[in-house]
Amino acid sequence: MKYLHLIWAALMRRKARTLFTLFSVLAAFLLFGLLDSVRSAFNTASSNVAGVDRLISVSKVSFALSLPKSLYARIQAVPGVTQVSYANWFGGIYQDQRNFFPSEAVADNFLDLYPEWELPEAQRQAFRHTRTGAVVGQSLAERFGWKIGDKIPLQATIFPQKGGSNTWTFDLVGIFRAKNPEQRGNENIFFFNWDYFDEARQFGNGNIGWYAERIADRTQTDKVAQAIDALSTESDHETKTQTEQSFTAALVSQFADIGLIVGAIMAAVFFTLILLTGNTMAQAVRERIPELAVMKTLGFTSKSVLGLLLAESVVLLAIGAAVGLVLAGGTVIGVRAKLGAAIPLSPVGGAIWLRGLALAAVIGLIVGVLPAVRGMRLRIVDALSGR
Amino acid sequence: MPSPAAKSSSRPKWVAQARASATLVGYFAIPIGVLLLSPWWLLLGIVAVLAILIATTRAGRQVWSVTRIGIATIPQRLGSSSVVVVGIAGVVAVLVAMLSMAQGFAVTLKETGTDDTAIVMRAGAQTELNSVIDHDTATLVSQAPQVVHGPNGQAIASPELVVIAALPKKATGLDANVEVRGVGERAWDLRPRVKIVEGRRFKPGLRELIVGKGAREQFVGVEPGATLKLNGQIWTVVGEFDSNDSHNSELWGDTDIVGSTYRRGSSTTSVTVRLTSASAFDAFKAGLKTDPRLQVDVNTTRQYYNQQSDTLAQIIRVLGTTVGVIMAVGAVFGALNTMYAAVAVRTREIATLRAMGFRGTPVIVSVMIETLLLAFLGGSLGALVAWLVFNGYTASTLGANFSAVVFSFDVTPALLWNGLKWALTMGLLGGLLPALRAARMPVTVGLREL
Amino acid sequence: MGTLVEIRNLSKTYERGKQKVEVLHHIDLDIEEGDFVALMGPSGSGKTTLLNLIGGLDSPTDGSIAVAGERIETLGEDALAKWRASNVGFVFQFYNLLPMLSARKNVELPLLLTKLSAAERRRKASVALELVGLSDRAAHKPSELSGGQQQRVAIARAIVSDPTLLVCDEPTGDLDRQSAVDVLTLMQGLNREYGKTLVMVTHDPKAAEYAHHTLHLDKGTLVTEPEPAPA
Repeated sequence: MKYLHLIWAALMRRKARTLFTLFSVLAAFLLFGLLDSVRSAFNTASSNVAGVDRLISVSKVSFALSLPKSLYARIQAVPGVTQVSYANWFGGIYQDQRNFFPSEAVADNFLDLYPEWELPEAQRQAFRHTRTGAVVGQSLAERFGWKIGDKIPLQATIFPQKGGSNTWTFDLVGIFRAKNPEQRGNENIFFFNWDYFDEARQFGNGNIGWYAERIADRTQTDKVAQAIDALSTESDHETKTQTEQSFTAALVSQFADIGLIVGAIMAAVFFTLILLTGNTMAQAVRERIPELAVMKTLGFTSKSVLGLLLAESVVLLAIGAAVGLVLAGGTVIGVRAKLGAAIPLSPVGGAIWLRGLALAAVIGLIVGVLPAVRGMRLRIVDALSGR
Repeated sequence: MPSPAAKSSSRPKWVAQARASATLVGYFAIPIGVLLLSPWWLLLGIVAVLAILIATTRAGRQVWSVTRIGIATIPQRLGSSSVVVVGIAGVVAVLVAMLSMAQGFAVTLKETGTDDTAIVMRAGAQTELNSVIDHDTATLVSQAPQVVHGPNGQAIASPELVVIAALPKKATGLDANVEVRGVGERAWDLRPRVKIVEGRRFKPGLRELIVGKGAREQFVGVEPGATLKLNGQIWTVVGEFDSNDSHNSELWGDTDIVGSTYRRGSSTTSVTVRLTSASAFDAFKAGLKTDPRLQVDVNTTRQYYNQQSDTLAQIIRVLGTTVGVIMAVGAVFGALNTMYAAVAVRTREIATLRAMGFRGTPVIVSVMIETLLLAFLGGSLGALVAWLVFNGYTASTLGANFSAVVFSFDVTPALLWNGLKWALTMGLLGGLLPALRAARMPVTVGLREL
Repeated sequence: MGTLVEIRNLSKTYERGKQKVEVLHHIDLDIEEGDFVALMGPSGSGKTTLLNLIGGLDSPTDGSIAVAGERIETLGEDALAKWRASNVGFVFQFYNLLPMLSARKNVELPLLLTKLSAAERRRKASVALELVGLSDRAAHKPSELSGGQQQRVAIARAIVSDPTLLVCDEPTGDLDRQSAVDVLTLMQGLNREYGKTLVMVTHDPKAAEYAHHTLHLDKGTLVTEPEPAPA
């Protein structure tokens, strides 16, 4: 575009001022990228599309109460359920409490319910046939440098072994990968065989933590969920069944209203950005009124002056936003490399960029509109004579 | 017009630039260092000394005259000045809000423990929810010699059972986890802070609960008089208690009855005891650890609850500080632009002053004073907003027992002061370069085009 | 050569607050094509206002202006802008170059409004710069040029889209004697060799000598009749 050079020259008119404004915008969008990454990570956990296909059944009374294994066959028989599996929260610790990651004892078909994870068939079979076998996500393996064949000890916090020892040792037989890079947070889990768990644990034998069910028809979730819960009404192990998505969302919402916190912070950030940048823009246009008048004498229409000024504002915001988002992306990569999944962060991907650039355009327009209108409305004769 | 940098110089250019940079760093680092490291009374003293200098010395009076002119023109530059104030206020408000969240959460948990009470859980359990203590273990623990005895000769020990119930939250209508704690008969002696504010205590042996103040605020259907169904059995809430700590997020009942409702038999999750004194803890712990019949972990309640709050509070603080720093960087650059524009507008006036004999330094100091004044206003505004909006705001999050912990944002005077310091630092950073520019020091040659 | 500019009964009134100030009273004026006219008069005589109206920078309160047969007093703001782009070139006392653009880019500026390609714009700008004798300074910014040089760049800008009419407001007002002579000679050359019609407002009688004839304005009216152009 032939006007690009003009816009660029206008921004470079006062290099330091443009640079400072750029840094302000950069800071705001760096924050946006980081915070949106946190919000995305929490959202992904609760809005995993595949999680609508799966139901979770826990004890209705208490999240921490167990359910009898005998329900397995009965749930399998419920119409609409294609596959059932079960799992127990284990809560083991690797070396130090600060290394915390989730660990679960799962039935041998559990991983089949998660097609969004890639696990080579050979490793899947190894898991089935190795009593002490364990499967972990790639991020977790990378974090501790584990390789297939390693023996990994976990310290139990809830379930000691029959002899009283808290140390459980597993053989790493498989490493799974999340197909969707935005779900890499799920690679932080340590799975091992429920049979080994039940056999070796000191108490609670025969009881499982929760059931996971795959259903045939997504539109039937409510019906199937109610049918599953109906199996246990008025018993001493009443269940509550819901989609995995709503289960996770409910859990996340107990932790914090992440959306609200992030939204509030970003509102404050963008509000101050608009004020500061708007003031600078207004100042800049004030200074250039004589030049804009000259351009009008040359034949530039009022509308084109408006357009040029708005374009300057949007271009400046867009550049600052782009650099800020790049920095945010780099920071997320760096933090994840060092801290693993201690802080949930989504990689700064297409969705965040789209939102960021759209915001940049909108803010550019807001910030530029008043000065641009002023530039548009100037009377040539008055402006040239300095009035 | 010929290029201004065309003057020849006998010294290489980089020497002059190095000196200029060193001076600049000095101008920045010293005031900021003083500001950040000094306690409030020292800063007040420095301000007092400066005020006296201004009032008594000739240079000081010059500074004052220039400053007065500057401040008098602020109404003309109201737009720009208010932008600086609001920009800085925004940063301080967000910072104080987030830090007060961490503070409130940490304080709620820290207050919950004391040094002379100890909590005993199964070895390796980390948190009560994960622990199992059988009846015999509980008895042995309460028989330890360091456990203090009440007036009727009974050991002040409470075997407690922590379980989770799912109840709907007022805010979302969705079920959330709430902690139900079965407490022993001696629980009241153990925790003298607990006061019944409505209704009465539960009667041992009955399916009665008392609700903590925080839990009542957050959850539906737990007010005194309400009934709940726990695992198919009907329980009645008979009172509300306030203990001013994290127990306010809990529902309390009789250990044995809670145990039977949750099919725990006679086992509990922990035993909490009062010791004869804080110094008896080491002996108490040693005694239990070396007993071959027991496999337990022993902590003072203070240690136990501190541990629970540390991670989350730390994360919130780090997050808050990071957000604050990035916002501050943005605000400083914005302030720089605004102050440069403010100085530019007054170039003629400043040149006239200098022609009349005012030296560079009074001009620098006066611009700094003006910027710091705006920063102080901004910091105060931000702190005020944070205090008005957030102080006492209750929130709840998921605690260590996977259940709700209700806490209030705590905007302390220390936090407000911290916020003000940040504001003044931003003012220093944002005002110094423009101030130097106003005095036309060589350091700003490169920024001439601003 | 016909009449390029036909002005009939031209009046302009400004409103300053509640007061109305009539700056031009019922002016009748013809300017022939190829003429070089100087407009002189004391401060407040309305000469700059008349110039602005001829150049289409403003619209009259009453009366008509026809340039090359086209009536411009009825044109709206956008139409006037379009008209100016192809019909008039401006030269100002303080040059009014854009400080962040090089001389070449300044001269190219009016061409951005046309459909010419980048290469064609560059070529036309080079031609204009060569005409004013500043080809070797094409890449310099205004701050790197003397007053006279800046004014010549301004003239190059004014002629780059080949307008018939050049409107100049005190073009030598800010120049030293030698630069002024250079500029005026250049303007004379544009008139003699390229047939441009020039209307110039000036305070300087020596500058007015370069023109074919001089009009005097006082308190908003013409005080002498224009002399016929020499054959």
